[in-house]
Amino acid sequence: MNKLFQAIRQTQIWKSIFRHSYPDTPRNRTLAVLSNFFLHLHPVKVRRSGINLSYTWCMGGLTFFLFLVETITGLLLMFYYRPTAEYAYQDIFALRENVPLGLMREAHRWAAHLMVITVWLHMYRVFLTGSYKPPREFNWNVGVILLVLTLLLSFTGYLLPWDQLAVWAVTVGTNMARATPFLGHEGPGAALLSIGGLDLVHAGSDVRFGLLAGRFVGEGTLLRFYVLHCVGFPLIAATLMAIHFWRVRKDGGISGPL
Amino acid sequence: MGDAIKNFVDWLTQPTLYFTLSTVAILAILKYRKYTTKISVIIGTFVVGIAFLAFAWGDTNFNRIITKPDNIPIIILLAAVLYFSWLSLRRAYLNDERMKQGMPPLEGDAGKQKVHTWPDLVYVELICLVLFTAFLLFWSIGVQAPIEEPAATARTPNPSKAPWYFLGLQELLVYFDPWLAGVLLPTFIVVGLMAIPYIDKNPKGNGYYTFEERAFSVTFYWVGFLLFWISFIILGTFLRGPNWSFFGPFEYWDLHKLAPEMNVDVSTYFWVKLLDMPRPANIFLRESPGLALLGVWFFIIPKVLERPIMAKLYDGDRSNLVRYHVMMHLLLWFGLIPVKMLLRWTVDLKYIVGIPEWFLNV
Repeated sequence: MNKLFQAIRQTQIWKSIFRHSYPDTPRNRTLAVLSNFFLHLHPVKVRRSGINLSYTWCMGGLTFFLFLVETITGLLLMFYYRPTAEYAYQDIFALRENVPLGLMREAHRWAAHLMVITVWLHMYRVFLTGSYKPPREFNWNVGVILLVLTLLLSFTGYLLPWDQLAVWAVTVGTNMARATPFLGHEGPGAALLSIGGLDLVHAGSDVRFGLLAGRFVGEGTLLRFYVLHCVGFPLIAATLMAIHFWRVRKDGGISGPL
Repeated sequence: MGDAIKNFVDWLTQPTLYFTLSTVAILAILKYRKYTTKISVIIGTFVVGIAFLAFAWGDTNFNRIITKPDNIPIIILLAAVLYFSWLSLRRAYLNDERMKQGMPPLEGDAGKQKVHTWPDLVYVELICLVLFTAFLLFWSIGVQAPIEEPAATARTPNPSKAPWYFLGLQELLVYFDPWLAGVLLPTFIVVGLMAIPYIDKNPKGNGYYTFEERAFSVTFYWVGFLLFWISFIILGTFLRGPNWSFFGPFEYWDLHKLAPEMNVDVSTYFWVKLLDMPRPANIFLRESPGLALLGVWFFIIPKVLERPIMAKLYDGDRSNLVRYHVMMHLLLWFGLIPVKMLLRWTVDLKYIVGIPEWFLNV
């Protein structure tokens, strides 16, 4: 067995992929990180406190891991799901009954819940260790936006099963928008925005209408939330995550005492 | 015996008591951290928690809520938050004791040493990844994702609840109108979080757990996160039933339980009850007492506290005046929440300023 491994390691194919031998020397361990696209997210060396679980809680890493789980399971779900009022509910129901290994929706939903929790705990840890302090102020801000995006991703996904739970939870959530100052038709100041007695902000033109593509949660909302959930928010989140990780490196790595 | 415990818990969890006791508990845990950070405390907490869960499991009403698939994450959240709050406070306490004796914090020595990413970090990541994947798979096999009846816009379920992570905001709707609870306050939460690194000029406590070096910051975050976010989610999930009425964990969700609402505006208190005359027709005159109160809250208080707080936080350096006022403004909005809650409980206050004509109610 060992010989077989040795032989594989000597092939041109293996050597074309991994440009270092077994990482058991400092030189090869360095190369293992530097010459690997995925590992080079990490610095070659990290503070010992940075790998101490009771210091970091591993929550940032887990959040990223859960994001990847969501991406993979989400992609698989998209094969089976049509975002229309006619099919959405049936497709979700069929996932349970007709699709072999139909765990994807479960995994997707539970990982989504977990991701919200891990994001909060990550932020909790970062606050309690004062890791937002200079030079990491900007990265904290990127993190806050990522937190909001996580909630928005979860919220838009909540609607997609198109059952009573989904529709009414989203109705409760988006009803707030009609009270937006100036921009919602039941918000303070909205009545001031009128030209010649004609209201500019009414139920058919306010910010909630834009959000829902209608006066209530309907088919237009489903499509809108679907597109945001599967394309819009993940793209923004992925971009910001790249910045977030890059800035961790640039700001001196995982925080530790100065 | 069992019924007595259930009635006691139902009584204990009514919003006024629940909130007051949570506040006292959080502050006491921080204050007596020497004792609350002992390992036996967290073990004891979990033992009591599990024992309670086992006891309550048999109750029909409790069981109905706790076994909803979407409520499992909230149990996980509660356990995780309890554990990690304890852990952080324990490390903060240990660090504070170390630093009093002139030693570096626990993270101090470990922060200076460096280890190779491969294998030291990579294998920690791998273990976490494998454990979490296994956990997620077991969870997915064990519990089916909920699916209710198909969407019907004509049939409103009662209660209609937002997704669990927004239940803190939905709870605020009891005390504030949607433009505050659903729009302005969430915006201030996000803006406030983003402003933290620019407001907090305390250079200490960067990269290690501490309480004493950052007593205000840590207390603030504990109160904000644990009290006004997590405990509100627990309240919203387990203790709010039809019509958003309060129900104890062992209480049956009776559709007809309606608490009579007889809340009164500040303007009514002032004109009708105090001066014994009808409320003036002019909106500004009518609401002038409430506007005056808000004026004191948002403008006089920051001015009065300017000198002492500036001296404490920024060594009286006046170039930090903008920091101070941004912070005070955000804190006062935040402080409006418990103030309004207390006023509601004690004097049935509805609105401080109530101008329904313009949808402008505070």
